[in-house]
Amino acid sequence: MSNLLSDTGLIFGRYLRQALNSKVAVVFGLLQPMFYLVFFGPLLHDVPLGGEGDSWQVLVPGLLIQLGLFSAAFAGFGILLEKQFGVIERMRVTPVSRLALLLGRALKDVVQLLVQSLVLVIAGVALGLRAPVLGVVVGFVFVGLLTISLASLSYALAMRVDSPQGFAPVISTVNMPAMLLSGVLLPMALAPGWLDAVSRCVPFRYLVDAVRAAYVGDYAWDTVGLGALVGLALCAVSMTVGTRVFRKAGA
Amino acid sequence: MPVISTAGLARTFQTKHGPVEAVRGIDLTVSPGEILGFLGPNGAGKTTTLRMLTTLLPPTGGAATVAGHDLARDPAGVRRKIGYVAQSGGVDPSVSVREELVTQGRLYRLGKAEAAARAEELATELDLTELLDRKCGALSGGQRRRLDIAMGLTHRPVVLFLDEPSTGLDPGSRADLWDLIRKLRADHAMTVFLTTHYLDEAEALADRLVIVDNGTVVAEGTAAALKAEYGGSPDATLQDAFIAITGRGAAQPDAAPLAV
Repeated sequence: MSNLLSDTGLIFGRYLRQALNSKVAVVFGLLQPMFYLVFFGPLLHDVPLGGEGDSWQVLVPGLLIQLGLFSAAFAGFGILLEKQFGVIERMRVTPVSRLALLLGRALKDVVQLLVQSLVLVIAGVALGLRAPVLGVVVGFVFVGLLTISLASLSYALAMRVDSPQGFAPVISTVNMPAMLLSGVLLPMALAPGWLDAVSRCVPFRYLVDAVRAAYVGDYAWDTVGLGALVGLALCAVSMTVGTRVFRKAGA
Repeated sequence: MPVISTAGLARTFQTKHGPVEAVRGIDLTVSPGEILGFLGPNGAGKTTTLRMLTTLLPPTGGAATVAGHDLARDPAGVRRKIGYVAQSGGVDPSVSVREELVTQGRLYRLGKAEAAARAEELATELDLTELLDRKCGALSGGQRRRLDIAMGLTHRPVVLFLDEPSTGLDPGSRADLWDLIRKLRADHAMTVFLTTHYLDEAEALADRLVIVDNGTVVAEGTAAALKAEYGGSPDATLQDAFIAITGRGAAQPDAAPLAV
């Protein structure tokens, strides 16, 4: 157990240092949601969005989940590169905990996503977002949960495929409909019945709804509670898959 | 007591076109302090065998003991005792030499201060001291190889596995590498298991050769013994012996059709 913790710390530190050395990548990851915030957000100002709160309280939570969806899902790219350099095999012949190889990386992604989320929220506030501090904190917790889930799945996929060509198309194909169906840009409350029904099959929708509720100070069971339940279930499934792949991957 | 012993070690891969027997059954022993050259044509099963012995790939048959630990039951015990240097190395070009060496020490559960001291020590032994604060990507081929080997020596392993260690090196760096491997054995009584495509390298460096083909051991012995037995005369080259062993010697069920 103490080995798992110290190994996780070691792996976390290694990849955090690499992230700090490539600030450009961290900034680029933020660009897309920033563009939505600045160039799309103002359009929603007078549009009836069918829920409580103003347009910023609807859009910023969606963009937070979108940020997590895209950044964390592509986290596995790093592993594809490291496989080519032989770094993964080199680590796998050491006694290092297999779970730590996954956890250390995923935790680094959580830290990186939280920093990016904070910047996004601050930019939102500058544009007119007003939300309770507790709600914003709850939002960050959901971003963390989403990140650790998607990053684990992404690393697991990257361990199993041999090339970026086998990796990127899978992620893009899953991510694009997942983003649209979870109501990231506009709430699914506006959707016709069939679309609403389809979107209820996408777990990320519950996270978006939960963060939106938290941003208007509503912490009820059927919103934040349901979102937390779905988030934790997603996390449990993803970590199980990730751990299994890392324990026996033939990378 | 051999450092490595295998009995019927085998690996079958399940593919879309049915099972592929990459390694059909390897029996070999390696004595302490021996430099063993593991040779064979492409596709003979060299790399698969090496990956099994280094715990990267679980065997589908047979058994092996490496450095006193059972490969199937105690892979973690094996990992603590062996060093492995892959053909591609295993360092990140964007990370400094020092950071890689220290991290490697920490992965082998050395304390922070111990890992830092060990990195300095390895750098001195492998002539990397001047390069410690460079990025790994900035090293020359020969320097990179020395770093790869230093990474494999971090925890003072009992056995060092080297996969095609001199591939891509210029003749000078190659000679230096041979000297380094001999020195490791002389100074630390280390056992070295190396695969190579270069017969001159095998002859110059290895005490004993094991030749594999079609996933099994087809010949073994000193270079001189193999030349005498298979090459036809004591003056034969190792190349002659190698071709005799793997070319004509091996069974070829799918030989070219007699008529087209």
